[in-house]
Amino acid sequence: MANVLLGKNFTPPDVYGKVTGKAKYAEDFRAEGMLFCRLLTSPMPHGRVRTIDASAALAMEGVVAILTADELPEVPAPRAPILTNEPHYVGEPILAVAAVDETTAEEAIAKIKVDLEPLPFSVDPLESLRPGGSNARTTGNALVPQEGLKEIKWTAEDFAAAGEGKLPMGEPASTWSYGDLDGGFANAAVVLDETFVTAGNSHHSMEPRTAMAYWDNGKCYVHGSNQSQSFIVPGLANLIGIEPAQLVFIGENCGGGFGSKGAAYPIQALPALMSKKTKRPVMMRISRAEEYAVGVARSGFQGRIKLGFREDGRLLACDLYIVQENGPYTGFGDWNSAASAVSLVYTPEAMRFRGIPVLGNTPPKGAQRGPGQNQIATAVEPLLDKAARQLGLDQVAIRRINAPDHDSKYGRDQGPVTSAYMREALDQGAASFKWDEKQATSGQRQGSKVIGVGVGQAFHSAGANGFDGLVRLTPDGKLHIHTGVGNLGTYSYASTSRVAAEVLKADWDNCVIERGDSSRGLPWNLGQFGSNTSFTMTRTNYAAAMDAVAKLKAIAANDLGGSPDNYEIGNETVYRRGNPSRRLTYARAAQRAIELGGAYSGQEMAEDLNPMTKASVRGLAGTGLIGAAKDGLERTGMVPALAAGFVRIELDLETGKFEILEYLGVADCGTVMHPQGLEAQVRSGAVMGFGEAALERQVFDPEFGLPGAVGFYQAKPPSYLDVAVGMGAEAVDQADPQNPVGAKGIGEPLMGCAAAALLCAISDALGGHYFNRVPVLPDMILNAASGRPQSHKPLDMHTD
Amino acid sequence: MANDMMSHFELFQPTDLETAFELLDRWGDRGWKLAGGHDSLGWFKERIKQPQALIDLEGIAELRGIRETADGIEIGSLTTLTDIERDPMLRQRCGLLADAARRVASPQIRNTGTLGGNLCQDTRCWYYRYGLNCYRAGGNVCYADTPVAMNREHSLFEGSRCVAVSPSDTATALVALDASMVIRNSGGERVVPAGEFFMPEAVDITRMTVLEPGDILTAIRIPASWTDAAFYFEKVADRNAWDFALVSVATAMRLDASGMIEDARIVCGAVQCTPRRLVDVENLVKGRAPNEETAELAAAAAADGARPLNSNHYKIPLMQNLVKRSLRSS
Repeated sequence: MANVLLGKNFTPPDVYGKVTGKAKYAEDFRAEGMLFCRLLTSPMPHGRVRTIDASAALAMEGVVAILTADELPEVPAPRAPILTNEPHYVGEPILAVAAVDETTAEEAIAKIKVDLEPLPFSVDPLESLRPGGSNARTTGNALVPQEGLKEIKWTAEDFAAAGEGKLPMGEPASTWSYGDLDGGFANAAVVLDETFVTAGNSHHSMEPRTAMAYWDNGKCYVHGSNQSQSFIVPGLANLIGIEPAQLVFIGENCGGGFGSKGAAYPIQALPALMSKKTKRPVMMRISRAEEYAVGVARSGFQGRIKLGFREDGRLLACDLYIVQENGPYTGFGDWNSAASAVSLVYTPEAMRFRGIPVLGNTPPKGAQRGPGQNQIATAVEPLLDKAARQLGLDQVAIRRINAPDHDSKYGRDQGPVTSAYMREALDQGAASFKWDEKQATSGQRQGSKVIGVGVGQAFHSAGANGFDGLVRLTPDGKLHIHTGVGNLGTYSYASTSRVAAEVLKADWDNCVIERGDSSRGLPWNLGQFGSNTSFTMTRTNYAAAMDAVAKLKAIAANDLGGSPDNYEIGNETVYRRGNPSRRLTYARAAQRAIELGGAYSGQEMAEDLNPMTKASVRGLAGTGLIGAAKDGLERTGMVPALAAGFVRIELDLETGKFEILEYLGVADCGTVMHPQGLEAQVRSGAVMGFGEAALERQVFDPEFGLPGAVGFYQAKPPSYLDVAVGMGAEAVDQADPQNPVGAKGIGEPLMGCAAAALLCAISDALGGHYFNRVPVLPDMILNAASGRPQSHKPLDMHTD
Repeated sequence: MANDMMSHFELFQPTDLETAFELLDRWGDRGWKLAGGHDSLGWFKERIKQPQALIDLEGIAELRGIRETADGIEIGSLTTLTDIERDPMLRQRCGLLADAARRVASPQIRNTGTLGGNLCQDTRCWYYRYGLNCYRAGGNVCYADTPVAMNREHSLFEGSRCVAVSPSDTATALVALDASMVIRNSGGERVVPAGEFFMPEAVDITRMTVLEPGDILTAIRIPASWTDAAFYFEKVADRNAWDFALVSVATAMRLDASGMIEDARIVCGAVQCTPRRLVDVENLVKGRAPNEETAELAAAAAADGARPLNSNHYKIPLMQNLVKRSLRSS
């Protein structure tokens, strides 16, 4: 039967608050007696606190307390602490001051004398790997899986063997392979051996990670800025030093996270800890510049890749080495994800991966939209074009022959996937974009301007299972859909909630989405990250709604006779098949559930529910008919989100600038749940991708370790005038077989495919000049167009 | 690390110039003149500049407005960049300035940012803005001029100690237009040619203009001799909005009856700490036809004497190309 709600546009409930300004973010909350706290942060990339003299600050009127690392539990390295006596990056919080207002707190900070001993530092991974190179931490410079923090130095021979401008490949921290690598290269018609760099970049979330906290009746209340809701509770509770059940987390709106607010983060716990100390509510606003420090960043790569292609473009062998700029702490698994992405998107018949995460005294690294997958897309996709040129192949054709399908395998274990429609996305995109026609205009000159075209692909795993769903029918006839996923701003919390309404055949106007506050009775859900929401949350909501349907039928059978199998649902009633007059409205059934008790209204529940869900069900028990279930549906493979982007630019050879004339993004996201939401993702992902490819700066002075991009105007995310006026958005719209409504996620690859396509178009406009790095900025394009050498060296991590 | 929290100051909002001069004299170098605030507030929030008194000039009506005069055009220094960008008379007669104003920052900033503020703004060297104690901040080192410094946006010329550049788009246009700056203080008025208004780092490394603490830039005069000329303005920046120039060019050119270049003024921005007037190039093109050949010749000479730093040699071809385009298209 055709869906009534799914696949249709609707207005997500949080839109009203956002367009009217009524939506409240963490910074908008106030509490009686609230203090403000400010941070004293490290001015140097690595140092050790010798002494802190806060006497003058504490003597100031209005200053209430100071919190230092000495008062907090020690955190085992390399986990990031909340406050530290050994800062590992510029801007790392050393202490916090609470005062009656922010001005007083800031004046107090100016009066605090911190004696810091400077320590050696590193802002370039490769430099740290050199014999005698600096370590980012006193205890080492590399993170080895299963072993932890170590010192790894490559040998002078390693560096000498690589030669100038080529990545040396010394001892890795991890390696895996499959297939006959040597045989693949031996049979290849074209072999490329390329060194590349992808610079890290910041997240630029509009809302810095502000938090406000207070304690009441044994519970800690935190208003925070997070992508996720239920998922962060255990982590944040742990940082605060309490049990998850003692934490009430309120985060109805999040002003952007892009991965940086997916899980609980250390600084978020600070207001709660300061509040505990002062016994007053505490607000901590984070400044833009502080956000560029504590707000984490995408890891950069220094890499090398050897690719062997058959004459028809088929990729026979791939040998990949990645040195990951890891920041000073745990970092994120971009390097491994990048390698796994290569194994799927280009389906090499044989592959080897080696990699090493190297610590640096730059802001901590965390997930950013397509962590690993999007960096590697920018590195590999232009090389596909380079190979295609040598083989005389079309750019779409070389991607098509290597594109993954349902039988493709993923990662080091070569596991299965649930569905993959990359070839269909390429075909659909090529047709809609009129690729052949546009490709024919490649290289056309008008004065100093030249046309370039590009196609790019990207991937992210996009779905999980095993989380809980929770719905509730109340005697007023409302369907309450309890969702703990969070609200990053993509509206997917709402579109996935509609699955419950679809299954229960409920009028959407009679539905209430319960979210944004853990005291509202929310289930245990995965966080809103990793493009997983569409797949994961449609399943949980489906499971909970099916549980509710079963209970409706059971109540009807109990009250009206027969067995549950004799009943159907429709028009917000449960009725006897063949005799619709024998029916209960949902409102009546909800009332009966309360009267019957037991599992019907949450006094009893399935054993396999998560403790958080169980607590929520207990809290809601007796208020209506409760549908609560763990997603036990089958999932036998990795769920791939795939995307293809097509772009045409006009590049000015005299200035190094380009104009994006048109863009089209095509998503393989399974069945489309919410067309408007998808279109917004395709376009906004592309904007972010254009920034990654050719605009954004993350600059560190190598001599002083100072960050040069601590404001929007310095970091340069794309402006409205830097992107195409019209950007097309399409989807393959083929159902994933392992999702009850066919859905898969998509958010992340929509950035990578656009970044890759733009880089390819720039290289195309330059007649096949490949930069082997991101970002590619106007100075680099102009140098290339003018036949001048680049100012940077091929392996420099940070360019200006 | 910027904490986004201003320190305390006294705010004065005079409505006439005389009161403003009194305040400026009273507070001396502890005072700060405020126009649109887009430069000033950044300094204050970062607590790098902590003046004790702000003298807000926004309320002084006589500092606003665009007027035709007997010998040209006079623009009040507090006129917003949006007003300049949209003024029909300026667009028609002095499109060079309107075009330059249109490329400043973003629409939101131009709505409140003023011409005077754009001309008097401080440099954007990120090391200096970071609050380091460099030459320009009164110290004795330049962090941007080291063999490994991140100085892509820095100077090609001069820069004997400080390698920061002039960030102003309108300054480039006004030097090309041979404008005059009207400066007043409690002692009277003086008029300074735009070409002498901006401070060479070799003369005073700590300020961008000749303005003294008691001075107010009250008006900018554009002579009739350069209105209605052939103009070309182009700014190349990483982003097309809210960004500072990597290099900009402003060219004003007059042709004689035979179509030859009778006179030209060619100025580049963001290549040294003042707008750089290319007098040699101007002399080179005078008497020649405004064509590709002349443009190529001008381009070849445009960056003569450039001394690039470790990451900004791209500014040489960029400057050459912009000068070339300006002569092709003026």
